[in-house]
Amino acid sequence: MLRDLRSSAIAVVVLTLVFGLAIPALFTGFAQVAFSSQADGSLIKVNGQVVGSRLAAQAFTKPKYFHERPSATAPPYNAGATTFANLGPTNPDLAKNVRKAALAVLRLERPYNPGLRIGDIPVDAVTTSGSGIDPAVSPAYAQLQARRVAAVRHLPLGTVQQLISDNTDGRSLGFLGEPAVNVLELNLALDRQAA
Amino acid sequence: MTGQGIAQIVVYLLVLVGLGYPLGLYMARVYAPAFRVRWLGGVENGFYRLVRAERSREQDWKSYSKSVLVFSILFFGLLYAIQRLQGQLFLNPDHLPGVQSHIALNTTASFVTNTNWQYYGGEYTMSYLSQMAGLAVQQFVSAGVGMAVLAAVIRGLSRRSSQELGNFWVDLYRSLTYILLPLALLLGLILLSQGVPQTFAGHATAHTLEGTVQTIARGPVALMIAIKQLGTNGGGFYNSNSAVPFENPNGLTNFLEVVSILLIPAAQVFMFGKMVLARRHAWMVFSAMFVVFVVGIAIALPSEQHGSQVLRSSGVNITQGHGQSGGNMSDKEVRFGIANTALWATATTEASNGSVDGGHDALTSYGGAVPLVNMFFGEVIFGGVGSGLYGMFFYIVIAVFIAGLMVGRTPEYLGKKIEARQIKYAAIGALFVPTMVLIMAAVSVVTKSGLESIFNPGAHGFTEALYAYTSQSNNNGSAFAGYGATSFSASFGTVALILGRFAPLLAALALAGSLAGKKVAPVSAGTFRTDGPTFVVLLVGVIILTAGLMIFPALTLGPIVEGLSH
Repeated sequence: MLRDLRSSAIAVVVLTLVFGLAIPALFTGFAQVAFSSQADGSLIKVNGQVVGSRLAAQAFTKPKYFHERPSATAPPYNAGATTFANLGPTNPDLAKNVRKAALAVLRLERPYNPGLRIGDIPVDAVTTSGSGIDPAVSPAYAQLQARRVAAVRHLPLGTVQQLISDNTDGRSLGFLGEPAVNVLELNLALDRQAA
Repeated sequence: MTGQGIAQIVVYLLVLVGLGYPLGLYMARVYAPAFRVRWLGGVENGFYRLVRAERSREQDWKSYSKSVLVFSILFFGLLYAIQRLQGQLFLNPDHLPGVQSHIALNTTASFVTNTNWQYYGGEYTMSYLSQMAGLAVQQFVSAGVGMAVLAAVIRGLSRRSSQELGNFWVDLYRSLTYILLPLALLLGLILLSQGVPQTFAGHATAHTLEGTVQTIARGPVALMIAIKQLGTNGGGFYNSNSAVPFENPNGLTNFLEVVSILLIPAAQVFMFGKMVLARRHAWMVFSAMFVVFVVGIAIALPSEQHGSQVLRSSGVNITQGHGQSGGNMSDKEVRFGIANTALWATATTEASNGSVDGGHDALTSYGGAVPLVNMFFGEVIFGGVGSGLYGMFFYIVIAVFIAGLMVGRTPEYLGKKIEARQIKYAAIGALFVPTMVLIMAAVSVVTKSGLESIFNPGAHGFTEALYAYTSQSNNNGSAFAGYGATSFSASFGTVALILGRFAPLLAALALAGSLAGKKVAPVSAGTFRTDGPTFVVLLVGVIILTAGLMIFPALTLGPIVEGLSH
């Protein structure tokens, strides 16, 4: 017993120092040199100021911007406290939230897209994401928003659609995952277009 | 469901076998006493000298168990202390205070037992020191302990007339240094290159395009996520785990992370085949696992694609195609869609991993029942690193026993007679945890303090409680995350975590110890063959009969009644 205690005590200290401090420190040092942008959180700077990260959604409410998916974090799109909504498949609150989100989309888009019906809204537009900071919307939801953004910005629809396609991350290696439109990068590209 | 989604899953299965097989053969070599790496031999010997272990002194099952327990208890103390004191310690750039005592206790039990159930949100609760030198160390070490125990159990099956199962320190060191660390560094490097952060700087602050201020949590993430996936741990850096882009930025990282969940457990089946010189038998065990895996996916994927009741009746477009993956996108990420999230949910509960890339509470009724049943089987479908396969041995022994009864002769497994003592250990190993789960889930839904944790109304709320104790007792760690932390649920869960880890672990070592001393009987015409398809059918049948029937009544109260409602 005493023998086990002594061996374990030493092992606990040695393993913590090596696996908990030394190896991560070396790994971090390497990361900072070899992949500094990724290691720091894929931050995007405009004129030297950090405006966000390509891996985190941020709040967009103005009609000239593409909007993100709903978020369950408090406040929405809090990249410092991610969370699911955790509403079950038959939860009445889920029904209420989805309905509210769908009506908001209709209200926002209909002026630019008169025939729009609830059946045209892709499901990702009315559901919370897993992280609450999903940086992407589906190509379908981006297309739905394109008319509004084009109209508000007085840009040809084709230009906006081209920007959507430029800012779509396809499937990795051509077949892994699903195509996703990075909303922050798309909006930045639009702002650059205007400038 | 499209060909594209199915193709991703087929490629996944092929890659799993393609990588798992050679890794398994390599691992079998690592655990052989004669294994040496010339240029690292000095370091290895140095470690044994430091911990005063004699490499050549092998331990019987009792001595081996004692080393495992004492080692785990001491680590328990350190991990608890780090969390409580993190406010006063270094590597805390965001100035987080010490973790509350009942949360710290549950978390400590959770990580020491390779569970990684999380009653906290990592990015706003744990300092970098707690994450890196506390939790992530356990992600290496608890996985290493599980792998060491499996190596010892396999030796018990393969040795003849011996009492010794190996040396714990040697098995632990080799699991950590020659298997887990190189894989974690490799995966960590790829994740890093794809955008998973690795920094000691505190959170970043962004001034957004619409003029608000956004806090972006980051830290030493990449290496932790790598070992979290590889060691069937599952405890993420962020609250939403691998759904968060900073843990899992794209389709490639998602694929690698989900491969990593089952890589070592699958490899261990082949390792076992090589170590006991019964490769055909190992392939049959693998086949049994594979069959259950495919059935799980075949239920979860269509169910998620079909969508939840709420979404189906909402009128929005949930049809796949035309630029969306459709289906039940609640608490799922666009870049993963339905196929990848359903695959992940199935894989993570077949192993004792428990990481998620989408919210399980929001899964459809049957889509959520698959992970629940997977865990209830004891996570033996590939299973946790080490614990999966040694858990499977309980079922194998019972299967062989039942086959023996049918033909009316003493059952044998790998040439060793299975007698009353072995059946007792196997029965304890297979039945202790499921029984405990049902009792704990029942208590938590009939007591006032238990009910406080439930978040969703109706049958789904019951499923949350059942899921919580199934997950913690089986050391999985995934959650119907609406189920909340109270001092009752955290303490009750702590009991589940500890008993659920060590009862089967000790039963497995005892079983191995009792088998190691036996002679090997020659194969005769009456011996039940464990290397053919009949064995696969029997094994799957035994799993369904023992664990499946135990959970079925509870399933009818939760997911099934919910699935039938509108």
